[in-house]
Amino acid sequence: MPESDEAKRGRAIVVTSGKGGVGKTTTTANLGTALARRGARVALIDADVGLRNLDIVLGLESRVRHHLLDVLEERSSLDDALVADKHTDGLFLLAAAQAREKDDVETTKMQALVSSLRERFDYVLIDSPAGIELGFKNAVAGASEAIVVCTPEVAAVRDVDRVVGLLGNRFRPQLIINRLRPQLVRKGKMLSVDDVNGILRLPLLGVIADEPEIIVTTNRGEPLALRTQNTTGAAYHAIAARVAGEDVAAPVPPESKASILERIGSLFGGLRR
Amino acid sequence: MIEFLKRLFGQQGSSATAKERLRLVLMTDHLELAPEMIEAMKRDLVELISRYVEVDRERIEVNFERQDRTLAMLANIPILGVNRPNGNGAVTHEAPKPQPEPVATVAAPPSDSKPPVRKRKRRKKSQRARTQLPSTA
Repeated sequence: MPESDEAKRGRAIVVTSGKGGVGKTTTTANLGTALARRGARVALIDADVGLRNLDIVLGLESRVRHHLLDVLEERSSLDDALVADKHTDGLFLLAAAQAREKDDVETTKMQALVSSLRERFDYVLIDSPAGIELGFKNAVAGASEAIVVCTPEVAAVRDVDRVVGLLGNRFRPQLIINRLRPQLVRKGKMLSVDDVNGILRLPLLGVIADEPEIIVTTNRGEPLALRTQNTTGAAYHAIAARVAGEDVAAPVPPESKASILERIGSLFGGLRR
Repeated sequence: MIEFLKRLFGQQGSSATAKERLRLVLMTDHLELAPEMIEAMKRDLVELISRYVEVDRERIEVNFERQDRTLAMLANIPILGVNRPNGNGAVTHEAPKPQPEPVATVAAPPSDSKPPVRKRKRRKKSQRARTQLPSTA
């Protein structure tokens, strides 16, 4: 936790990955939901200017009236632009501008905005765009911590490695491994948690399984973290607890032992690998 | 047969390939992102080798190459002349001879590579054989 003067300010955490399509937005929505359900006040900023998505994942697309650039360019007040979540108290969204470009954001203004949000919220989660260009730099600008999202794929790990190098030590990046398929890992067809983090060597917040329900919940605009009885939903809550500093184990999808039959099956299926 | 056994014990899937590719690609990425480290290494290498032979500092080349499952550093260091050792083993500097330069090729396996396989040993030997010193003119 931050000390003295910083103690009363919220934490600004950027969610990033380098590679696109690994689940930054889904992670931001679910982590934000889980943190707010713990009683924290949470602001989510969609920093992916030009490709607004976070409102969709949260089911708030019809409520967005003003966006990030309206606030940065003083066409709208922050209060008018913040959209209250419809499922979770204490959770707010500042949507990205859809009809603008990432380069339109002024870095210093972004820093000032995040700084003012930290006065009012316990957590400011910034959903970064893919890439390492200006959009990423603006998303990172106001943050003081980073969560990196990585899938068990060569390209994703490589990009996270690059992003972590760019972030440096200042952001103390922590890792969420997303879309792991335990069955494939067991069969030796997917990189394991140890494979990924043996290379990245980051503090592991948790592992999220590749869960078909995520597609369903995204279709509906209801983050999976709303359902604590679902294993993956519960995993987001465990991650939120860890972010909050609670001493709970990093959630990892259950991985039952391979049966003899599966071993024999993989023996004959070996050629197809 | 080994492949068969590996399969039997579930050790060899495409994830092993992914892991191997990842390891190599990150090594090259990290080298690419640290040009100043390579320059420093070149300097140190020249300094070291210059204690024994006279090298062409302008034409030194250091490259990294994927070889099977390892990354190898290939240094091409043109030798201009060999310092003649005197009685007590110390070297005396001679003027560089403007001769056609023979070339010393040094292959260094990466420090974290697995113990060299037999195939690799053979290559190293052949490389050593290619390492020539200038014939006295």
